Amino acid sequence: MSDLRDLYQEVILDHGKNPRNFRKLEDADHQAEGNNPLCGDRINLYLKMDGEVIADIGFQGRGCAISTASASMMTESVKGKTRAEAEALFQRFHELVTGEAEASPGAPELGKLAVFAGVRDYPIRVKCATLPWHTLRAALEEKQETVSTE
Amino acid sequence: MLDVQAIRKDFDILGREMRGKPLVYLDNAATTQKPRVVIEALVEYYRNYNANIHRGIYYLSELATEKYEQVREKTARFIGAPDPATIIFTRNTTEAINLVAYAWGRQYIEPGDEIVLTEMEHHSNLVPWQLLAQEKGARLRHIGITEDGRLALDDLDEIITERTKLLSITRMSNVLGTINPVKPLIDRAHAKGAICLIDGAQGVPHLPTEVLELDCDFLAFSAHKMLGPTGVGVLYGKREWLERMPPFLGGGDMISRVWLDRATWNKLPWKYEAGTPNIADVIAFGAALDYLEQIGMEAVRAHERELTAYALEQLSRVPGIRIFGPRHVEDRGGVISFDLEGVHPHDIGQLLDAEGVAIRAGHHCCQPLMERLDVSATARASFYIYNTEEEVDRLVEAVRKVERVFSRAVN
Ligand SMILES: Cc1ncc(COP(=O)(O)O)c(C=O)c1O
Repeated sequence: MSDLRDLYQEVILDHGKNPRNFRKLEDADHQAEGNNPLCGDRINLYLKMDGEVIADIGFQGRGCAISTASASMMTESVKGKTRAEAEALFQRFHELVTGEAEASPGAPELGKLAVFAGVRDYPIRVKCATLPWHTLRAALEEKQETVSTE
Repeated sequence: MLDVQAIRKDFDILGREMRGKPLVYLDNAATTQKPRVVIEALVEYYRNYNANIHRGIYYLSELATEKYEQVREKTARFIGAPDPATIIFTRNTTEAINLVAYAWGRQYIEPGDEIVLTEMEHHSNLVPWQLLAQEKGARLRHIGITEDGRLALDDLDEIITERTKLLSITRMSNVLGTINPVKPLIDRAHAKGAICLIDGAQGVPHLPTEVLELDCDFLAFSAHKMLGPTGVGVLYGKREWLERMPPFLGGGDMISRVWLDRATWNKLPWKYEAGTPNIADVIAFGAALDYLEQIGMEAVRAHERELTAYALEQLSRVPGIRIFGPRHVEDRGGVISFDLEGVHPHDIGQLLDAEGVAIRAGHHCCQPLMERLDVSATARASFYIYNTEEEVDRLVEAVRKVERVFSRAVN
């Protein structure tokens, strides 16, 4: 399975098994639900905002290793960031996993999130990797309806 | 016994490599591969006698009509229906079920009536009845399932009652492989005055089917799950119902006479086949039926039973595996759903794909069943006439590899 090592990196397997911030925030002031009807993956995302800053973030749900790891690592990378910074990070992440574009000038550093580069070779998994981010965007926008990747 | 090696030679696709490895195709419950004779029949129609049917007074049209209608006769014979006029061609199982839900359901279902389904139904045998029940104020009832994935028949007397107007159930579960005891259920429903539809999408391709013996009022199935092309489904119906029901779709071919403000209907079966049908694919489906008839459905079932027993035994030894559905092969067809502790079925599917093994991962269009099993998805391997024990070994080996990759990450 050497060809798959790029997708299932050690870090991804680890976050898939032991997701960080995997909890419901009792004092959340924003939340959203994401849903991938194709595979039945579901995520509930909770945010506590301090003005424009994401002060705390947690998620629950069940999904594949890619979507769980993506959610876990997303929570780590956006905690303490502003709404605008999180949005910019999503755009950069989206470019990475779809392989659509090189980093635009001034784009934020992806840091650990770069391990998701392997996803670009597996188009059907792009939805798994981006579901948590779409859900984050919905939570920030306080949309009420469930986000769907379909 | 089937001569599987000879059969495999009729399927060019089985000689292909996937991801640099020989393809192991185990998603037959979704759709099967097509033998060369089926593909050739399709091409031959377009190349040699393409014409619309039931219309032309020229030779080509007559020939196409004859070939098309011959497949209706073959289909009738295949399921033991004495009258070819009781065979309606649709697009797929889904459309066949919808035909009954619209034509029969809108006419005969009234507020307070009950429609009995099961918890293991495919969405195509759930949603049409939900739409009907909502529209008519009818009530849906569901036969539950046991821990090992069989129908829970204990409280049947409370579910199938005088209020039941329709029992609509699958012959075989596309997730659990369960072969349901449809005959006694049909008898029970009939005794209460209800009619019965059998979803044969999985049953007809894998088990001998005799509609007179089953005594079902309707049977729906799809050509593409039994070596035939996509785009062809079959609805068998008892003549009395097909005569009494109003049409489904209106248009050309289904009429007898048309005035500006009204029309009368064509005879059976054409009353339910509005517009130009899928001539080419119906004709190619005929070649698939010939192929299966030559092998014999008893032999198909015996081969799958053996392969399934072998696969169950081998898979059950994989650490962390959980296999859904009945334990005994007598109660199940060639469908095995499983998961691995701590590994999402999606990831199983992806890793198996890298080994050239094509299985399905997901909810298999059975979301309520997934809820019942308390999983978001399962991995599913499903067999057909061309699958071998060596392929099962490749599956098992690949599943073991998945287990190893993921156990690396366990703390
Ligand atoms: C049990 C069952 N019913 C119905 C269907 C629907 O068949 P189709 O998609 O050909 O309409 C399927 C196939 O997916 C099935 O397995």
